[in-house]
Amino acid sequence: MADAVLGATVVEDREAAVASRRRLISRIVIYGLLGLISVVYIVPLLVVVLNSFRTNAEIGAMGLISLPQSFRLDAWPQAWSDFCIGGQCNGVARYFWNSVAMVVPATIISTALGAINGYILSKWKFPGSEIVFGCMLLGVFMPGQIALLPWAFLLGKLGLANSVYGLVLVHCIQGLSFTTLFFRNYYVSIPDDLLKAARIDGAGFWRIFWKIMIPLSPPIIIVTVIWQFTGIWNEYLFGVVLNSGSNQPITSALVALSMSGTTVRTYDVMSAAVLIGALPPLLVYFFGGKYFVRGLTQGAIK
Amino acid sequence: MAIAGQSVSAGTSTWDRIKKWTPVFIIAPSILASFIYVFVFAGWTFYISLSDSTLLPSYGFKGFENYVSLWTNRRWSVAYNNLLFFSLFYVTLAMAFGLMLAILIDQRIRAESFWRTIFLYPLAVSFIATGTVWQWLYNPGSGIQFMVNALGWTDFQFALTTDRKNAIWAIIITGIWGSAGFSMALFLAGLRSVDPDIIKAAQIDGASWFRTYRKVILPSIGPIFIAVAVVLLQFAIKTFDLAVALTNSGPGISTTFPATYVYDFMFQRGEIGQGAAAAMMVLAALAIVLVPYSLYLVWRRRRESRNG
Repeated sequence: MADAVLGATVVEDREAAVASRRRLISRIVIYGLLGLISVVYIVPLLVVVLNSFRTNAEIGAMGLISLPQSFRLDAWPQAWSDFCIGGQCNGVARYFWNSVAMVVPATIISTALGAINGYILSKWKFPGSEIVFGCMLLGVFMPGQIALLPWAFLLGKLGLANSVYGLVLVHCIQGLSFTTLFFRNYYVSIPDDLLKAARIDGAGFWRIFWKIMIPLSPPIIIVTVIWQFTGIWNEYLFGVVLNSGSNQPITSALVALSMSGTTVRTYDVMSAAVLIGALPPLLVYFFGGKYFVRGLTQGAIK
Repeated sequence: MAIAGQSVSAGTSTWDRIKKWTPVFIIAPSILASFIYVFVFAGWTFYISLSDSTLLPSYGFKGFENYVSLWTNRRWSVAYNNLLFFSLFYVTLAMAFGLMLAILIDQRIRAESFWRTIFLYPLAVSFIATGTVWQWLYNPGSGIQFMVNALGWTDFQFALTTDRKNAIWAIIITGIWGSAGFSMALFLAGLRSVDPDIIKAAQIDGASWFRTYRKVILPSIGPIFIAVAVVLLQFAIKTFDLAVALTNSGPGISTTFPATYVYDFMFQRGEIGQGAAAAMMVLAALAIVLVPYSLYLVWRRRRESRNG
């Protein structure tokens, strides 16, 4: 009797041991695969970060992917204010500020308009408002190439050719469909009864907007601002086509910079320049990652 | 007194009417802007594609000649063949990697958000920035080939971007690297939405881990597969930044894409008419993907509402 009980527990122990070993192996496989793929993801970032602190001579001798032997900060100020792009040796500073001057107003205006439009299209429906919404949705899918010539012509007529204000206008209108979509889909889920009560109390269009809708909106405002900010900052096509020379945003400057490196490539300075260009959206991503992903999945599945 | 009262009441009714129409007035400029952006701009570009524009827009009508010369242009055939080839591998592989990452992350792992952050960061940065860095890595004299050679494998060759026949693989690889995290995010959201009771039922029936995924979980997120494929196809059709940053359509014209073709013909070669015709083809390609997809969405919504 005692033997039988003992035997049973031994078998159980063995089964438990097999199960736990299998679990351990599967854990090793999972973390091993994730770790391996992560290396592929992190190496490009690491390369650009580390090489911005190495000397160009060392990069030339050891290659881009190797452990740093030297550390210096010279490349950063050089990339910022001395580096030559397209014959002008003022660094990326000017293009960086162009991007800032473009992205800040365009993000604020397109988000504000999106909030008001989304509010109207969800809570103040009028005859034909669904059709209007459908047409605005089409803007989400429009390829930039279709709009290039009309924009060039229109901005010329408005006296905004080759100016940062022109790009602000372009991004406001281009972003309108996205921001409207985001806010409309968010506001649809706010119960109408909440508004009805306010309307009985005599609250009008703007009062309801400011007192009820906006206090409920911080999540969608953050999602939209992050989406617009990263999208506009990273945009290349309009910047390179509609503006030229020192009025271009940072993305165009980065392309000009990597194309101009026909002789000796100064990887140290170019790394610093690429990082300067990538830093604003990267910071936004690392601090607002949750909202960034939410925007991404919402923007994709309409 | 009576007149004043009357005027006040008349005023209120006009005021009420104005108030009633306030939302329409406020949204009108946005509607107008969107309408111009979508319909007038597309119509305008279409008209230019039918015109005799070369260096500057001109409005002499010449029918579909630009389209004929577009489709007989060797460079255009390189461009759309590249798009087809790129789409095939980019879409399927980015989906496969994304699904794999999503399933790995779904195994109740530690520090989930840390892993997600790693796989998604390329999406926050422009393809101009990431493409530039990848271009350096592809450079045989300083990047991946150089490193492997230095490690001792001196015969190792990895020079995609300077090789006419294989340069497109450089764009495919970097494209997948940039977008797999995106499909991971969508798949993960899908996996998390599967009813846990069905999974438990499958496990009680003794289904293995692999079988549970293949027979129970993945079939129930079928719509996600379609959504991811559609979005990635859209990315593929719009591929521009990546091709510019990685290969600048080269070596030669070997990595020309429809979107880079539009840019080259409109602004480098001064053939605006043909560039516009190519732009219309980009729009048509998007429509071929998106029109059936939206019809499918409508059909699915109807079926769902019918089935309650």
